[in-house]
Amino acid sequence: MYGFEALTFNIHGGYLEAIVRGHRAGLLTTADYNNLCQCENLDDIKMHLSATKYGSYLQNEPSPLHTTTIVEKCTLKLVDDYKHMLCQATEPMSTFLEYIRYGHMIDNVVLIVTGTLHERDVQELIEKCHPLGMFDSIATLAVAQNMRELYRLVLVDTPLAPYFSECLTSEDLDDMNIEIMRNTLYKAYLEDFYKFCQKLGGATSEIMSDLLAFEADRRAVNITINSIGTELTREDRKKLYSNFGLLYPYGHEELAICEDIDQVRGVMEKYPPYQAIFSKMSYGESQMLDKAFYEEEVRRLCLAFEQQILRSLILTMVVTNWVLQFHYAVFFAYMRLREQEIRNLMWISECVAQNQKSRIHDSVVYMF
Amino acid sequence: MSGIAYASSWGAALVRISPYTFSAIGIAISIGVSVLGAAWGIYITGSSLIGAAIEAPRITSKNLISVIFCEAVAIYGVIVAIILQTKLESVPSSKMYDPESLRAGYAIFASGIIVGFANLVCGLCVGIIGSSCALSDAQNSTLFVKILVIEIFGSALGLFGVIVGIIMSAQATWPTK
Repeated sequence: MYGFEALTFNIHGGYLEAIVRGHRAGLLTTADYNNLCQCENLDDIKMHLSATKYGSYLQNEPSPLHTTTIVEKCTLKLVDDYKHMLCQATEPMSTFLEYIRYGHMIDNVVLIVTGTLHERDVQELIEKCHPLGMFDSIATLAVAQNMRELYRLVLVDTPLAPYFSECLTSEDLDDMNIEIMRNTLYKAYLEDFYKFCQKLGGATSEIMSDLLAFEADRRAVNITINSIGTELTREDRKKLYSNFGLLYPYGHEELAICEDIDQVRGVMEKYPPYQAIFSKMSYGESQMLDKAFYEEEVRRLCLAFEQQILRSLILTMVVTNWVLQFHYAVFFAYMRLREQEIRNLMWISECVAQNQKSRIHDSVVYMF
Repeated sequence: MSGIAYASSWGAALVRISPYTFSAIGIAISIGVSVLGAAWGIYITGSSLIGAAIEAPRITSKNLISVIFCEAVAIYGVIVAIILQTKLESVPSSKMYDPESLRAGYAIFASGIIVGFANLVCGLCVGIIGSSCALSDAQNSTLFVKILVIEIFGSALGLFGVIVGIIMSAQATWPTK
């Protein structure tokens, strides 16, 4: 029953929700980012980070630090938090938490397959995979020649198996097909996740619907922009769009026929929540789009921790779901915010290491 | 009222249930359902409190107040149950189904239900607020006192139930021999 979740949620979820809210308080703030941006080299960054929750992960690193080490150790913290929550969780929360991993699994699969195509060593690729998306037999992916083999050898035993039904072909794997495969898998994953959240009902389904719809729309826009000028036909492009979200179905019809960025902008400006994003960019500038999308996502995720229920996206009020207690969306929001923070740290470290501090503010998304 | 039609109606059946039954059920509900409410509230608060205290250990001592408020609800139930059971007196069997007796039986029953269910919802209310209080205190310690005020209002609900229940139980005068 919607509204009465408070009565029974804490039986299984009370402890974990309190823990995730504690973690959320440990995310880096604007003041921390300002400190980090003032650093001269990576050792300074390590020193500043030692005062945050990342301290225990970085303190044993020997002195010539690399940016990849910093990112790796921070990701390790994310993974530890996640594993702690996963082992304490019961159904259905454990299924919900598992769903959060599938996106990373898809990315890892694509990474290994692409790397193999370009003749890279499997061990090297496995080290680059995201730890949350690891599964057994991931190394066997390097052996597969086409998608049917990929499925038959490896993926049929993984949780990704049901997402493959739409892209089982015998075509050889090349760059274009791999991207199409990635997007088809991700589409199936998002739809599955969406259905699962609807089944959970209550505040979880309401808030997760909003967050997943935004994700679906964002991917639709990215697919459109990336496929402008490639050989991807309109029908194929339309097949890659998810069947939920604000843009479904009319926005998708219009996006499928777009041929350049200004047409995309024209389509998106009809939807008030996305109009704000596109109006921040002046004409012709597409590289800022990523950052604008990230900022919008972070805004929604933060508001996921506070709440006044919003029903209508047209009002552009935001679902503040971190203040609403007793639902699962806080876990999803926390994982995403951490990932964004790690992206920020990577950007800052790279800028500092390459002495390009003027460009730091181009891509850091502030959260609090 | 007399006659076969009446004698086999529901009204007649109700009136022939012993007032002791009603009294005993009332006493059982008063303690049983109150404790249900208190326990429910305590686990709602406790699980959030424990999780939040991992990152913010300072909140533990202050937030035990929420647990104490829930516990108070159970104590109200016990007190009223003890008071009610002292109101149970024996009546001679000739007077068992007199209106006076029935009135006393119903009074104790009603008192028990009032106290039981008022404490149930009070315990729930205080528990949910206590859980939110622990989580907010972990983030921002100035919020604690403000949320405590809300909890105090919530625990007043149990007190209302107890007051009315005790007034009701004063009605429980059994017929004298």
